[in-house]
Amino acid sequence: MSQARPHTADPRDLRERAESQAAGLPPLLARAEHLAGTILLGEHGRRRAGLGDDFWQYRPARQGDPARWIDWRRSARSDERYVREREWQIAQSVMLWVDQAASMRFSSDKQFPEKSERARLLALATAILLIRGGERVGLTGTQLPPRRARNQIQRLAEFFSLSEAGDYGAPEHRGMIPHARALFISDFLGDMDEVELALTKAADRGIRGLLLQVLDPAEESFPFQGRTIFQSVGGTVEHETLKAGDLRSRYLARLAERKDRLSALCRATGWQYQLHHTDRSAQSALLTVYQALDRGTA
Amino acid sequence: MSLGPIGFAAPWLLIALAALPILWLLLRAVPPAPIRRRFPGVALLLGLKDEESVSDRTPWWLLLLRMLAVAAVIIGLAGPILNPRDEAETGGGPLLIVLDGSWAAARDWDTSADLIDGVLAEAGRQGRTAALLRLTAPEAPVFRAAETWRSRLPGFSPRAWAPSVADMQAAIAALPETGFDTYWLSDGLDRDGRGDLLNALESRGRVTIYESPRPAMGLKPVVIEDGALQVTALRPLALGPQEITVQAMGRDPSGTMRTLANLPMTFEDGALETTAALSLPAELRARVTHLSIAGLRTAGATTLSDDSFRRREVALIGTRQEGETLDLLSPMHYLRKALTPTVDLLEGALSDILPANPDVIVLADVATLSELEEEALFEWADQGGMLLRFAGSRLAASDVSRAAEDPLLPVRLRAGGRNVGGAMSWGEPKTLASFDATSPFNGLAIPDDVTVSSQVMAQPDPSLADRVIARLTDGTPLVTRKPIGQGQVVLFHVTANAEWSTLPLSGLFVQMLERLSVSSATTRPEAAELAGTMWQPTQLLGPTGRIGPAGTLPGVPGERLIDAPLGPDLQPGLYQGPDSTLARNVLSADAVLRPTQWPARLRIEGLSRIAEQPLGGWLLALALALLTIDVLATLALSGRLTGRANIGVKSGVAGVLLALALPLALLQPDAVRAQQGDETTRSIAATSEVVLAHVLTGDPEVDDLAQAGLQGLGQVLNFRTSVEPAEPMAVNLETDELAFFPFLYWPIAPDQPIPSAEAYQKLNRYLRTGGMILFDTRDADVAGFGTASPNGRKLQALAAPLDIPALEPVPEDHVLTRTFYLLRDFPGRHMGRNVWVEAAPPDAELIDGMPFRNLNDGVTPVVIGGNDWAAAWAVDGTGNPLVPVGRGYGGERQREIAYRFGVNLIMHVLTGNYKSDQVHVPALLDRLGQ
Repeated sequence: MSQARPHTADPRDLRERAESQAAGLPPLLARAEHLAGTILLGEHGRRRAGLGDDFWQYRPARQGDPARWIDWRRSARSDERYVREREWQIAQSVMLWVDQAASMRFSSDKQFPEKSERARLLALATAILLIRGGERVGLTGTQLPPRRARNQIQRLAEFFSLSEAGDYGAPEHRGMIPHARALFISDFLGDMDEVELALTKAADRGIRGLLLQVLDPAEESFPFQGRTIFQSVGGTVEHETLKAGDLRSRYLARLAERKDRLSALCRATGWQYQLHHTDRSAQSALLTVYQALDRGTA
Repeated sequence: MSLGPIGFAAPWLLIALAALPILWLLLRAVPPAPIRRRFPGVALLLGLKDEESVSDRTPWWLLLLRMLAVAAVIIGLAGPILNPRDEAETGGGPLLIVLDGSWAAARDWDTSADLIDGVLAEAGRQGRTAALLRLTAPEAPVFRAAETWRSRLPGFSPRAWAPSVADMQAAIAALPETGFDTYWLSDGLDRDGRGDLLNALESRGRVTIYESPRPAMGLKPVVIEDGALQVTALRPLALGPQEITVQAMGRDPSGTMRTLANLPMTFEDGALETTAALSLPAELRARVTHLSIAGLRTAGATTLSDDSFRRREVALIGTRQEGETLDLLSPMHYLRKALTPTVDLLEGALSDILPANPDVIVLADVATLSELEEEALFEWADQGGMLLRFAGSRLAASDVSRAAEDPLLPVRLRAGGRNVGGAMSWGEPKTLASFDATSPFNGLAIPDDVTVSSQVMAQPDPSLADRVIARLTDGTPLVTRKPIGQGQVVLFHVTANAEWSTLPLSGLFVQMLERLSVSSATTRPEAAELAGTMWQPTQLLGPTGRIGPAGTLPGVPGERLIDAPLGPDLQPGLYQGPDSTLARNVLSADAVLRPTQWPARLRIEGLSRIAEQPLGGWLLALALALLTIDVLATLALSGRLTGRANIGVKSGVAGVLLALALPLALLQPDAVRAQQGDETTRSIAATSEVVLAHVLTGDPEVDDLAQAGLQGLGQVLNFRTSVEPAEPMAVNLETDELAFFPFLYWPIAPDQPIPSAEAYQKLNRYLRTGGMILFDTRDADVAGFGTASPNGRKLQALAAPLDIPALEPVPEDHVLTRTFYLLRDFPGRHMGRNVWVEAAPPDAELIDGMPFRNLNDGVTPVVIGGNDWAAAWAVDGTGNPLVPVGRGYGGERQREIAYRFGVNLIMHVLTGNYKSDQVHVPALLDRLGQ
């Protein structure tokens, strides 16, 4: 009864690739969960009556309140009729963008994680925290719009296991929901105009958020000497120098200039700017990110 | 070409030094190669220009380093030599090196060997052929490339004797006719034949003499006078006063060689000889093996001791003195007189003397002995004692050895004896016949005045002829001998006093006693006395005065031993003769040491000589070291050694480590060390915790099951008791130390190899020192430990050489039944019948009111059973049983009892009879209460 079915790809091959892809997920998820577990959550109510689960207040029934709104148990204790109100709870939409480009896949020392790894870990941990807090989390762009479901974390983790081929990434600024909040994580060593465009567009839609720049310690200190050919991680850009040590001060000046420009841009658009180094602990960065995202909701 | 003290073998290579400046320019012009680095921040670097258009130049000191390295290579290859020889001084042509090779040269042999090595190396560089000639073993010199001789140099070490005249003549005859130069390494002692050899050598070419300015010294053979050792030392040159110390060496009671006594001696001003006496207690003197001059390690300065040093202990036992007799009539008198100068005499009752274990016991006319005495005496003789008996009226009158041969007499005796030449008989007193060649008295001269007038007669027996060692002219036996075990009994058929014969009055009596080794000779025997005897070398004196085994050298005829010149076929050392040992020393009693007298025309040099020292190797090593530094410096300069460039650091460090490790790796035998390390780790693991062990049978299935079984038992012990064993170990009886393990499980596999004798020794030591072995035939004891099952047969074969006490099946009150659990039987996978342990002492008995017998001592060294306990105990990695036991609940119960048996067994091993001691608890409590 068996019927030979034509197949284009060897299913074993497919399985193997899928498994190797999936193998990266659980550790990232686990670490992100672990990281997220270090921060205690509190529900953030809207501090006024509305739709929600939590009790807000009893108020005397007014004209026009439907009879089924009346809380009979409370009303039975007095002559008045009371209506039970609940606190208004709304969920925020938070959109993430994590730079997946080649420049993020760099670490100067074995004991430091790659920048992309740290960026994904932070993004995923933030997503876990936010979803636990009842927010909707998604990605900018059209691939993964914000949702509240638990398995959104799974989908995010899957997405974070992909990577882009390009050398430097540009923020995805399509499909941003107005008045949402956003978190952009990148090393921001690529084209600044793209960043400016994205932030301006976000500001236009009333989106505020956090720009987290992740840098390797070597990118801050430039500890190189001698005749060197510098190459981008993707291999598209090269620069040769005879005395790397002489370039140090000028490189550092350019880096400082870029940081200044980023923070100026953020100030102009109402965003926040944070700098994180991969040799620091991920937990403190997570706390910063979470607070920065939480502050606007109060 | 030479430059100060340094010469060059290939000076033309030095021209290459001129190329160094060009190299300087080249090295300066070439910039270091760039490093490629991945760096995301490159985006920020784009457009940045270098401030200087020229690359980093190689710094001047690095250039200098490289220049030095290159210069060191060039100079090293040019073959620099420190202290080169002047060619005019050395000359060309073949070179003959003549060595005296005598004992006197042994002291300076190391220096001489260095000298010869240097001379040969030099000759090799000059392309001269060379030959070596050693006068103590002359062979025709063969001229060959000097290098080939250098490796053979150790074969030309000195010998323990001096070249004889014949050797010199042989050497002259072997010299080739062609011309050659000669270096003669002399030992500084003159001897006959030197002049002839010198003339022969001078006729072939130039002769240079190398001679140590330190004169040799010698010791003459030690003479014993007045109970002291008379030591005489010789020196060849009559120099000023000189003090030396002579050491008497010997083995102490524990068998180690040590200095037993020191004797300081002084050469008077201008004296060639000095003598001193060394007085030692007899006990100590017997231990002396040799004397030597302290600090002089030559055969000539050593003199060996032989039997003459040893005073034998002789016990004299006579008849009980009845009344007062005159001394001259007592048989003991003559023996005492004959023996006192050379032996230590003991007198007393036989029962008092035997424990002192004398060398010889003399029974003078003692006929009957008590049965007990006879037994003790026989045993003593069997162990090597010598019993010397003299006849007399009592022996003649007694019935001893009349019908049957007495074990303590060599022959049967006729009743009464005979008288010849007396007042009441016919005939003349008899004289002695000359001794047979097989007799120990062979060669002794018989004085005419020795006559025998009475004697006891031997019964003619088939064995009589073999036992007679001296007879009278009419053929009747006078002295008979019979071996008893390692010892012997000798009977003189006459009295020890002058009553029956005049023998005790003559010098022959003393000589006969000497020959019988009753007394030892104090004077060296003459060559003629030793004629016809064969002497086997037992120990040889080496050229440096070391005493070593003789190996398989042929024996030496006695007449050569004393006087013949020493040589390869008669080496100095200890020789074992028929009844005694004799030392042949390098110097004879009349030896004189004379200094060499060389003609004035000869060049005489000392042995020290500044050797040529090639420096090339050192310079090349220096170049290598400089280049290594250069590698590190280059890495550092290009940033690969410091900063973030980890790969650079690692390769750099690895390079340095490799450079350091290479010579170490060459020097150390790593494998051995690793193995020792393994052994140490294993020992530490075995001793830091309680470790159960099983014996490897070679059958992997059995071994794995034993391992798993002990694993399971260990887990049970861990859970239930305070015994927490570590991982069980497998023990190879041949290689592993057993002492670390309190308990060995030995499963029997029918085809396991029988351990070696050493392994059994180890096992017996293990059993004696408190170890326990559980033997498991694993066959449910179907054969009752008989030979009906292969495992039973194997167990018998394995256990036969073991030191196992009497066994019995475990009695009901054995401590094994209650060390932890109360048990009645001891099942494993099988419910076998009996388990055997060491039997209880026969006097153990049950006291009324006590549950157990009073069996307090000892842990049984073996437990033997066949219940396959390991299978019942065995668990896999997750703790599940490996082998099914029984069926259903009953089976699990059986497994549980098996575990309980294991717990009890280990408790018994570790706590011994502790539970057995509990018997005393009521008594102890009772006593405490009072």
